[in-house]
Amino acid sequence: MTILFYDSTFEGFLTAVFEVFEYKYQDVQIVHSGTFQNSFFAEPIEIITNPEKADRVLKRLEKQLGKSGIQDILYAFLSEDVSRETILLQSISYAVANPDKNILQDFSNSAVMQLSKLVKSVNRERHRMKAFIRFELLKDGIYFAEIFPDFDVLTLIITHFKNRYQDQKWLIYDSKRGYGVYYDLTSVEIISLDQPIAFSESQKKELLDKKELHYQKLWIEYFDHTNIKERRNDKLHVQHVPKRYWKYLTEKKML
Amino acid sequence: MNYDRIKEKLEILADAAKYDVSCSSSGGNRKNTNKGLGDSSSSGICHTYTEDGRCVSLLKILLTNFCIYDCAYCVTRKSNDIQRAAFTVEEVVDLTMNFYRRNYIEGLFLSSGIFKNADYTMERLVRVAKKLRLEQNFNGYIHLKSIPGASDELMREAGLYADRLSMNLEIPTESGLKLLAPDKDHQQMIKPMGFVKNEISLYKDERKKFKSTPKFAPAGQSTQMIVGASPETDLQIIQVADHFYKNFSMKRVYYSGYVPVSNDARLPGLGSQVPLVRENRLYQADWLMRFYGFKANEILVKNNPFLDLEVDPKLGWALRNITDFPVTLQTAPLEMILRVPGIGVKSAYKIVNARKFQNLTLEHLQKMGVATNRAKYFIVVANSNKNLIHLDSVHLKNLIVGDTKSKFENPFSNQTSLLNDDTFLR
Repeated sequence: MTILFYDSTFEGFLTAVFEVFEYKYQDVQIVHSGTFQNSFFAEPIEIITNPEKADRVLKRLEKQLGKSGIQDILYAFLSEDVSRETILLQSISYAVANPDKNILQDFSNSAVMQLSKLVKSVNRERHRMKAFIRFELLKDGIYFAEIFPDFDVLTLIITHFKNRYQDQKWLIYDSKRGYGVYYDLTSVEIISLDQPIAFSESQKKELLDKKELHYQKLWIEYFDHTNIKERRNDKLHVQHVPKRYWKYLTEKKML
Repeated sequence: MNYDRIKEKLEILADAAKYDVSCSSSGGNRKNTNKGLGDSSSSGICHTYTEDGRCVSLLKILLTNFCIYDCAYCVTRKSNDIQRAAFTVEEVVDLTMNFYRRNYIEGLFLSSGIFKNADYTMERLVRVAKKLRLEQNFNGYIHLKSIPGASDELMREAGLYADRLSMNLEIPTESGLKLLAPDKDHQQMIKPMGFVKNEISLYKDERKKFKSTPKFAPAGQSTQMIVGASPETDLQIIQVADHFYKNFSMKRVYYSGYVPVSNDARLPGLGSQVPLVRENRLYQADWLMRFYGFKANEILVKNNPFLDLEVDPKLGWALRNITDFPVTLQTAPLEMILRVPGIGVKSAYKIVNARKFQNLTLEHLQKMGVATNRAKYFIVVANSNKNLIHLDSVHLKNLIVGDTKSKFENPFSNQTSLLNDDTFLR
């Protein structure tokens, strides 16, 4: 078996896909450098990321699968799922073998079905971030939110937040992956802090604008009073707001 | 700002507004072009869910719960001995802006008890929306309640600032309304709905000619009916809903299981159960009309005017029309695939796409997300389907019910997720 390992970037992965076809590897597996382990039986080949090759793969696939097909491939990649490379390579090979069909609609093909499941998961997480992010106003006038998404979706929600919050500075920071997005009233940039954010609750309160806690309390009050007690349904509640997201939510805080 | 006082008002006026089940923030398409705050997401976003499992998308409050009407089913009725409060226009604007800035909400849903008269009340609702739009550059979602009897001029202004307008019918029939809300006049409620419907289509036509024409209630109109407060049948409710979808271009009709708020002899007493299963079945029937191509008179018939609580209305229809089955998935038109119990809209489209590639089996369907425990009795697939022998059986219903785990085993702690699903088309 041939093992190709790449630098964990999307471009690196697409370069690897290009080389699978370029060198006609048969029994091949693509892995990213983070998971790669030496094996006695396999012959590891390092892929040097090549934007030109990556671009050719994208262009070729876009012709056949359209813009939405490319989006699906990117989303599946961002799932960081352990078998994402395998699922994607199988789906792409299936597309190449059937050049005149939009194979992403063939839900009877198991790779395509798995890919569509990954896309669904990433999409759902993307949507959840739009819903569950809660900003806190800091003393320096920045609306700040810390997130820990299951998948690497921060770059997928930039446009949404940029369109929406144009008249306030904001920073969304993915503490799980150590990078964030900052909007300074004119443009958005990707930033990364030297140290992880690790404040105690009391340290955090020091940083907040003096009105911030008033509005948090009002929101908690509202959340409580818009509930109809006679219709209580914990199962449904948790189904919609899984417990792992509660740490984001102001309304789930005890103030 | 006196935050403690605002907190008190918020408690009272959120409590009073919560029986209005509409929470939708979809269908708005206002863009943030003025470097202001807010940009409506056309699919809508549920920012959180209450412990009763309902979506919270908007700040849903009454401007005031002072009211000159005495509607028996309403917690805000004049004769009810409760705390009363009123927000100022500025307070509502401030709450909306500050909640929106923190990503708590998609916008505001402002309703009100009726104080002094219809126009006096409507004018204040409009003033809030106007201030948000013109002074605060707010482009988030605004849903305003239409007050029965409000003048055309105010309704027109409301439509220019709001994304959605709604008027709750509450009681589906004129006779029921007379009994429970003697001060309210059916015609007074219908008139503004008709006006709004006409304005929407007028502005739409105008927009085709002149791009600069402002938008008028771009997310349309909705209404709500209370279920189980008055003796209407499901057939009557569905027919009224159908009438509103057809003749008033309603975006949504909501059904709200009556939560007892009074010991009035005309109503179910305090402590009686909220009819959650019935409410769920009505929503399912509503979905069948809007997304599955069913007609109102196919869902229910005169001599059997209530929905079966045991099975969903689509399965009910299939059992009554067994001669239309089995459906051959490989060749059947989309409309017929949509009528197979256990196959939803998304699955139906997946089937139509996937069958071009190969003959589908039950296993394929399962992986696509079809509820095969119901669908398997009604379809012909590529491999042999031994479940079809039950199709003519008188026990088919029991077989399926026994096979399906109902989410309503304990009707008090369980209810539908259907009515909260804001990701679905609206």
